[in-house]
Amino acid sequence: MKENTSFFKKPAVQTILASILCAVLGIVLGYIILLCMNPAHATEGMVAILKNFFKFSGKPQQLMYYLGSTLVKAVPVILCSEAILFAYKAGLFNIGAAGQYTVGILASLYTSLALGWNWFFCLLAAVCAGALWGAICGFFKAFCNVNEVIAGIMLNWISLYICNIVLGNETCMNTTKSETYDIAAKNPSGILPGFLQGVFGNNQYMTIAVPITVIVAVVILVILSKTTFGYELKATGHNKDAAKYAGMNAKRNIILTLVISGAISGLAASLYYLTSIEHYKIASSVPGMGFSGIAVAFLGGLHPIGAIVAGLFVEYITLGGQYLNTNYFNPQVADLMIAIIIYLCGFVLFFKTIINKPKKVQKSNAEADKNASAKKEVQR
Amino acid sequence: MDDYVIEMLHITKEFPGIIANDDITLQLKKGEIHALLGENGAGKSTLMSVLFGLYTPEKGVIKKDGKEVTIKNPNDATDLGIGMVHQHFMLVDIFSVLDNIILGAEPSKFGFLTKKEAKKKVLALSDKYNLKVDPDALIEDITVGMQQRVEILKMLYRDNDILIFDEPTAVLTPQEIDELMKIMKNLAAEGKSILFITHKLNEIMEVADRCTILRRGKYIGTVNVAETTKEELSSMMVGRDVKFAVDKEEAKPGKEILRVENVCVKSKIHQNDSVHNVSFNVREGEIVCIAGIDGNGQTEFIGALTGLDDISSGTIKFMGDDITHKSIRYKNTHGMSHVPEDRHKHGLVLDYTLEENMILQRYFEPEFSKNGFIKKNEMREYSDKLTEDFDVRSGRGAQTIVRSMSGGNQQKAIIAREMDRDHKLLVAVQPTRGLDVGAIEYIHKEIVKQRDEGCAILLVSLELDEVMNLSDRILVMHDGEIAGEVDPKNTTLQELGLYMSGAKHDERKEVFK
Repeated sequence: MKENTSFFKKPAVQTILASILCAVLGIVLGYIILLCMNPAHATEGMVAILKNFFKFSGKPQQLMYYLGSTLVKAVPVILCSEAILFAYKAGLFNIGAAGQYTVGILASLYTSLALGWNWFFCLLAAVCAGALWGAICGFFKAFCNVNEVIAGIMLNWISLYICNIVLGNETCMNTTKSETYDIAAKNPSGILPGFLQGVFGNNQYMTIAVPITVIVAVVILVILSKTTFGYELKATGHNKDAAKYAGMNAKRNIILTLVISGAISGLAASLYYLTSIEHYKIASSVPGMGFSGIAVAFLGGLHPIGAIVAGLFVEYITLGGQYLNTNYFNPQVADLMIAIIIYLCGFVLFFKTIINKPKKVQKSNAEADKNASAKKEVQR
Repeated sequence: MDDYVIEMLHITKEFPGIIANDDITLQLKKGEIHALLGENGAGKSTLMSVLFGLYTPEKGVIKKDGKEVTIKNPNDATDLGIGMVHQHFMLVDIFSVLDNIILGAEPSKFGFLTKKEAKKKVLALSDKYNLKVDPDALIEDITVGMQQRVEILKMLYRDNDILIFDEPTAVLTPQEIDELMKIMKNLAAEGKSILFITHKLNEIMEVADRCTILRRGKYIGTVNVAETTKEELSSMMVGRDVKFAVDKEEAKPGKEILRVENVCVKSKIHQNDSVHNVSFNVREGEIVCIAGIDGNGQTEFIGALTGLDDISSGTIKFMGDDITHKSIRYKNTHGMSHVPEDRHKHGLVLDYTLEENMILQRYFEPEFSKNGFIKKNEMREYSDKLTEDFDVRSGRGAQTIVRSMSGGNQQKAIIAREMDRDHKLLVAVQPTRGLDVGAIEYIHKEIVKQRDEGCAILLVSLELDEVMNLSDRILVMHDGEIAGEVDPKNTTLQELGLYMSGAKHDERKEVFK
């Protein structure tokens, strides 16, 4: 048999190409939207978004400061996507990551503001809370065969209201502004230790959250590709009947996967809120971080390291909205662009197919395959 | 010049890295039964897909009645009068026979169905070709043989005159196969042209007029069946001489390995048991075969034995150890090997590489793991050793994604894995399903070798040739019960058929040996 060694035929390269294509298309569509809103200033706006904090390139101090902010703000979305892709590899769609993230906020802020704990224990509390939330979902899936998506969505809302109730009083919250107190003022020991703040223009939000995120990603990569546990998880994800045949404990793996996924989501929340860069505000809908995480996971090609790159990109564009001239544009245009990119993420696979099968004849093969698989469905 | 209804001339179809059809010519005469013979992966399915417009060939032309035609999709094929009976029937279980026949071609007036005329037409066809069916019966209530007749009627109802039968005898009893052969001859006599895809040489010898043989995507030849022999056909197909009979000596059974007593399994669909009071034993050094028509409880029984399904009552003893309610992992690690019926569903993780599949039940053992990490080098070495010992062929060796391998090699990989594991009992369900003669010969030899090394073997098979050739004792399962036990040396296919169809049922006194 002939082996295809062409660079562009490698699956990894194709995944990366597809993701880049998504990102570029998203930017182009965003530009078109800017054109519709205000044709005269569209190019200027687009440049502002893309140039982002590099407009301070003359002032290294400020440049590094804003680079630091972008890194810090990318932490939760990257970790959420790690949580989601980890579960996804085991064949579980953890849409409950949003809820696990919310209980993570709850646990970290409550232990920090109301109980005055040290940051390490606040972090631990958030991880445990997320893990517990994941465990509930996993328990229902394993023992009652409740779809993890349904259980996850329910738990998302439950977590939101618990969070609003617990944090929505005077011990944690400035009730007139209806947002939580600044941890730095209320409980300085609750703030995460700084990390290379000097390098990043004395950015006080630059904490160990950033290196922890990278470590988590690497650990996940190692677990998935090198360990027996990862071997079991992926086998279950690919083919749960074969996993059963091989004697793997499906129930245990389902619960364990969601516990780990939940713990990572909880960690995501604590690493963000314990920097005090953002305060929790009473909300009427579940924080979107868990949902953005889904998109980032797919944009990153479901690869732990890819998720880091994708997360940084998404955050870069989101923050780019701030640099738009508000006389002409609403800064939310950046959000709209992100929404489009996220929407296009769903097409990563589609783009992959197009890159993979450029010739017409081969396309008909794909159709035939589809027909064949459709037939198989019918037979079942 | 002969009158050809369909000609496929010099068809070439390439896939990336492989030529599935290389300059293949197939000419079908009017009113003949033309067999298409070839090993797995020989290109039969690809050729039929080309005829049905699922694939576009790179080279070659298709002619109908001497005129060149282009077939872009299955609808074009249907318009040309080409119909196919699939190996797995495409019927709606809860519809009546008549509804299934007219499905997709419903006669209607002002948007209302006019079933009366349809029924008349079906009955007329059924009379003409001697295809006995009850148009009002529901599909789920009728036998497999009758379901196949419904499939045939479906094609006739659409006035197809080129009929393709894709391995039609796989699911039938010997009696039903005889019946089908008669029907096919009838159809040919009435002027229909039949393309008959099969592995089974006996059937070709019995009904076909001519036979086209493919091997590895290449056209080997077309022969007149009357002027050839089974041996010649098989060597054309495989490229070498093949022995049909399995060489084996008299079994020397030793002590009991597996003892199954009164096992019942609840049906997932119906109220009653799908396996009822099954008792037997298997001793070391013998091959015990469970024969029977597909769907008579064999799958459920094996599920209960291996742990894939729940057992509702009864006991299973394995080397004196009660394993009735033990986990699959326990059974795996205590000497039970299992070649599963469905290699894609259970046997393999298709998206894993070959090496990863080779350690599917053993990844956690110290040989392959340390501190929770998989030892990649040992895994690679082990996989390479197995693939060499068992001649598993794959594109990229140990790193081949199993999905891209041919069915035969996938099955060989499973056989290799299961035979190499430490075991006293080998449960092999349809180990040669869908394999070609060469691979079957090989697997049979391996199974006999295992037996002679003192392993107990429980074989479940639907292929009667395999049952007769390989086993030392045959248990026939019908409707969830053991209908009888026969000695392969003192029985005939006809007797087996009677047991399989439930016409004969022994009250057994001596259950264990």
